[in-house]
Amino acid sequence: MERIPILRIGEFLLVTIQVDMHDQMALALQEDLTERIDKTGAKGVLLDISALDMVDSFIGRMISNISSVSRILSASTVVVGMQPAVAITLVELGLNLPGVLTALDAERGMALLRKNIGAGVDDAGDAQ
Amino acid sequence: MAANYAIDILKSNEADILRDWLLDLQAGGWGEGGRFSQGSDWQGQAKELLRLIVNSARGGMPDIDSPDAAPLREFLQDLSRSLAARGATSTQTATFVFSLKKPIFTRLRQAYGDDAQKLAEGIWSTTEMIDKMGLYTVASFQQSREAIIARQQEEMLELSTPVVKLWEGVLALPMIGTLDSSRTQIVMESLLQRIVETGSETAIIDITGVPTVDTLVAQHLLKTVTAIRLMGADAIISGIRPQIAQTIVHLGIDLQGITTKASLADALTLAMKRTGFAVTRSAAATGG
Repeated sequence: MERIPILRIGEFLLVTIQVDMHDQMALALQEDLTERIDKTGAKGVLLDISALDMVDSFIGRMISNISSVSRILSASTVVVGMQPAVAITLVELGLNLPGVLTALDAERGMALLRKNIGAGVDDAGDAQ
Repeated sequence: MAANYAIDILKSNEADILRDWLLDLQAGGWGEGGRFSQGSDWQGQAKELLRLIVNSARGGMPDIDSPDAAPLREFLQDLSRSLAARGATSTQTATFVFSLKKPIFTRLRQAYGDDAQKLAEGIWSTTEMIDKMGLYTVASFQQSREAIIARQQEEMLELSTPVVKLWEGVLALPMIGTLDSSRTQIVMESLLQRIVETGSETAIIDITGVPTVDTLVAQHLLKTVTAIRLMGADAIISGIRPQIAQTIVHLGIDLQGITTKASLADALTLAMKRTGFAVTRSAAATGG
């Protein structure tokens, strides 16, 4: 079965969705990602959905779920590059994705992740 | 054909009827300096209408719904459209057509004054035709009015949703007029599109020009703010007037989690602060 690749960049994981996502694929991604976070001890996940131009309530909930699961595994998730049409659809569906971090593009998302995680590291550095 | 007395009279007295009609119209305020006749060839229009009626006649008075009367219908549409554009009311437009009755009735009476049967039939067929024409005029008058209103609404919709760039990475949307579902949709789409195009991280929605905020408007605002957040940008709502702030509280609308500022200037200051810009007065800078 087709799977969405999960790339490791330092202490972050990069997931770029570039194909039309169907439900089975979304479930597989959620599973794979959870395993990878556990295995690599990643501190953050960058979910790039800029190529996704259609969503339904299932995919919307999946995005929310991925974020919640990663948080439990102490990795923060940033969703980047959401298209206007997708954002409007999610809002109209009543999926506000509370607690999910968002950024305009991958670069800003990465900066946001570094800031989030860096805060903790810097505190530790100051204490030493 | 039973009811062709009227059309016979019309055909044989076309010039006289036109003259009487024009005089009647003039008496009714259509003449020199009349509001709706100014700059228009109303006499030519009257003549043309009479000619079309005679031409469309098939045995009796023309039936406005028949295919033969197509040019007549077109002419009436044009007439209503031009009168609507000049600001005439539907009554005035219909009166133009209805005033044709009197001169025709006069001629009918002159010709068949001693034959009540023929006179009644002639008057009936004339009335039937002219009433239909009048109603048709009013209907097309309303249609053209509605078309004008629809076009103006559309223009207003486009005019009232400009997205402006205030600063590097700061967009502003000054909203003017009442927010309804269709407007919110357009506003949301254009704002989100601009956020993607410019890569702006902050969007300020200024509602100074929104006259009232009720629960529905607030819900639309919340939706827009949420969509902006999902895209990865921040939204600030500014220009909330004191009365509106009170209304929002009275209605129990929860604006928690949304940054609100009293004025657009405050919102811009906050946006610049977030992006790390600071504004300093040059005199103060040189003094310090």
